[in-house]
Amino acid sequence: MLNRQQAPDFKQVSTINFIQPEKKVMDNGVPVFTIYSGEQDLVRIEFIFENVNWKLEKPLQAIAVSALINNGTNKLTSKEIAEQIDFYGAFFQTEYVQDQSLVTLYTLNKHLHSVLPIVKDVLSASQFPQHELDIYIQNQKQKLQVNLKKNDILSRKEFANALFGDTAYGVNIKAEHYDALKREDLLEYFKAAYAPNNCTIVVSGKFNDAAFNLLNGAFGKDWEKSSAVKNSFNFNTTDKQVIYVEKPEALQSAIRIGQLAINRKHEDFSGLQILNTVLGGYFGSRLMNNIREDKGYTYGIGSGISSLQQAGYLFIATEVGADVCSAALTEIYKEIDILKNELIGEEELNLVRNYMLGSMLGSLENVFSHADKFKNIYFSGLDYDYYTNYIETVKSITAEELLALANKYFTTEHFTEVVIGKK
Amino acid sequence: MVDFNRFTLANGLKVLVHEDATTPMAVLNILYDVGARDEDPNKTGFAHLFEHLMFGGSVNIPSYDEPLQRVGGENNAFTSNDITNYYITLPAENIETAFWLESDRMLSLAFSEKSLDTQRNVVSEEFKQRYLNQPYGDVWLKLRPLAYKKHSYRWATIGKELSHIENATMDDVKAFFKKHYTPQNAILVVGGNVKTEDVKKLAEKWFEPIPAGEKYNRDLVREEPQTEARQETVKANVPLNAIYMAFKMPGRLNDDYYAFDLLSDILSRGQSSRLYNSLLKEQQLFSDINAYISSSLDPGLFIVEGKLIEGVTVETAEKAIWAELDKLKAELVSDMELTKVKNKVESVLVFSEMSLLDKAMNLAYYELLGDAALLNNETEAFLKVEAEDIRRISNETFNLNSSSTLYYLTEENA
Repeated sequence: MLNRQQAPDFKQVSTINFIQPEKKVMDNGVPVFTIYSGEQDLVRIEFIFENVNWKLEKPLQAIAVSALINNGTNKLTSKEIAEQIDFYGAFFQTEYVQDQSLVTLYTLNKHLHSVLPIVKDVLSASQFPQHELDIYIQNQKQKLQVNLKKNDILSRKEFANALFGDTAYGVNIKAEHYDALKREDLLEYFKAAYAPNNCTIVVSGKFNDAAFNLLNGAFGKDWEKSSAVKNSFNFNTTDKQVIYVEKPEALQSAIRIGQLAINRKHEDFSGLQILNTVLGGYFGSRLMNNIREDKGYTYGIGSGISSLQQAGYLFIATEVGADVCSAALTEIYKEIDILKNELIGEEELNLVRNYMLGSMLGSLENVFSHADKFKNIYFSGLDYDYYTNYIETVKSITAEELLALANKYFTTEHFTEVVIGKK
Repeated sequence: MVDFNRFTLANGLKVLVHEDATTPMAVLNILYDVGARDEDPNKTGFAHLFEHLMFGGSVNIPSYDEPLQRVGGENNAFTSNDITNYYITLPAENIETAFWLESDRMLSLAFSEKSLDTQRNVVSEEFKQRYLNQPYGDVWLKLRPLAYKKHSYRWATIGKELSHIENATMDDVKAFFKKHYTPQNAILVVGGNVKTEDVKKLAEKWFEPIPAGEKYNRDLVREEPQTEARQETVKANVPLNAIYMAFKMPGRLNDDYYAFDLLSDILSRGQSSRLYNSLLKEQQLFSDINAYISSSLDPGLFIVEGKLIEGVTVETAEKAIWAELDKLKAELVSDMELTKVKNKVESVLVFSEMSLLDKAMNLAYYELLGDAALLNNETEAFLKVEAEDIRRISNETFNLNSSSTLYYLTEENA
């Protein structure tokens, strides 16, 4: 007779294999890291540029360059670039994040030789035509107007600005910043940042020697070097800040609370990730259990730790019914207090260990995810020992060590608390 | 190419297995053939609320999430107008835990009052977060009843109104479970580092003892052909005027589905598309413009939507959309343009095989359509579409008398 009350046997994840990259260098010195897999006839090539030359008076320089880089060269118009990339079934994506600007090409192997020259033209000779810039400014200002009606987005903007001030990490972009964009500024930034000496290439997929030669043939020469200064910031922990923007018609309030913490380079980072998981890092977390599953105040609540190159921060974020906003805040602080005053029980801690190991295994789904894992460590100046240590820490950290970390990093007297909506 | 093996248990549960030895993980995906279209018009949002209740404990297992997390697994679910789909990913060596959990809640739920109370609140907050407290968030709550008058697609998955969710009772929950959550109304897909014979043993052990239940025979009210242009104007606290146009199109199983999908790509996939270049770049009438299909099982909608540049009149903007649609009715698309969207689709299909979970979900969905093997014929079906097909369906579809247009205006503009 089947006993449905008895859980089947299970095992904790024992080994996790990381595919490490092979490094090659192009003729002009650009490093190319390849994570190889031959299962599908496709490849992802990421051109990664560090963000440079930060100027507060021109906070959109790097962002606008990233958005407009494929909008025309000496040879091709914006429409021609898009048509050619699409014709080959490829994907050309750009992304601006706090520390870097990424240009990513996804293509089937059979079209690599056709699309690489287009990407080369874009990365080395983009022109940022004035009429494309005008359209961009007009449309971005409209998008900003819509975003400013979203409480969640407002809370992110206020929170980042409170922690990081007027730096690339925290500047609060307004419509007038778009109006101030000049074509010369884009050309200047493009020249400084999108240069071989500021570029790292990470490739994942079916990428053999012949493919490397194609890449080297296109990007290993005829690409002008630049001189640029990598962005550098210093941040100081603040005293408690409470930011409240009242929205009388709000049905829900967006809450975002947190403070500066450490980044991946710090030895406590893995331990803090475990603590974060317990608090709000998975569906069974304490915040979810209390504020969603017990009280029903919200559709979702979570916490996170974010690692930037020059800072780290922790945060708790949710959108809750406007009538229960104060009650939700009270519960959030209560959960933090418990974390700082009571040892995490054995059963819960073991569950979190197993969950995190399974989650790490599952996050290595395909060759792209292996490349992402590499980027996490490489751009923090770490090597694969980081993951060995992470796994070891998850398996062995004690409740006492976690209690100490809670008291060291969750210092509510330094918290920034943002509420948009009603309290 | 997504390979699979297939068998059916004595109680009618269909099981598909996709073996993929390149991953240490496994996926267990279960699709129930029930969606918001199966709801009572006075109890809408129920399929989705029910999805939440599926996580509130089952007859023999008080907590669903905890035992799964304990073995390194994760799970989630979604509800659409057509289906409800649940999935688990976990280390393959712990796959039996997924069978244990998933089979127990197919056998019976715990039907806990506390869970119903909480999830009513959680879903109400979800309703607010996604539909009511966002600019333009309630568009589909307005557009569906404009486009559909009879069919149950006239309400959104979240439901017509908050009160339907607030008034849900335990009796409703039990009746819904009995009617829809039966083995013969479900499709189970197991994928990843598993072997078919092991999956078969586990399926027989955990799922086969579940009673077959009664067969649910779907008999939905059909939508009658639309013969008049419909328009509605909404004013709200939004910063920009917007237009949403909905045209009737056939359901997912119609032969023309692939042509419709390519048609929406021609209009709006990426920066080389027609609407983007003509309306956003050249004429500068919109700051956002999109076209897409609803891909529903019963006759669906072809949507064109855009946000207007400040100062552009709604009449001008609407006329410009119609000019693009009329062009498709009058002129054949070029070989180059058609090949472009076909190549893009081919590429998307290859990239979609990078994800184990996507493969498992797709197998379940195509099995629901009639045969999971259809998934591997997709590329061929797209390649068959000809320029004449695009012109023909454009003529059949883009007509004022079968259109529903929602003008979503700022308060100053109304």
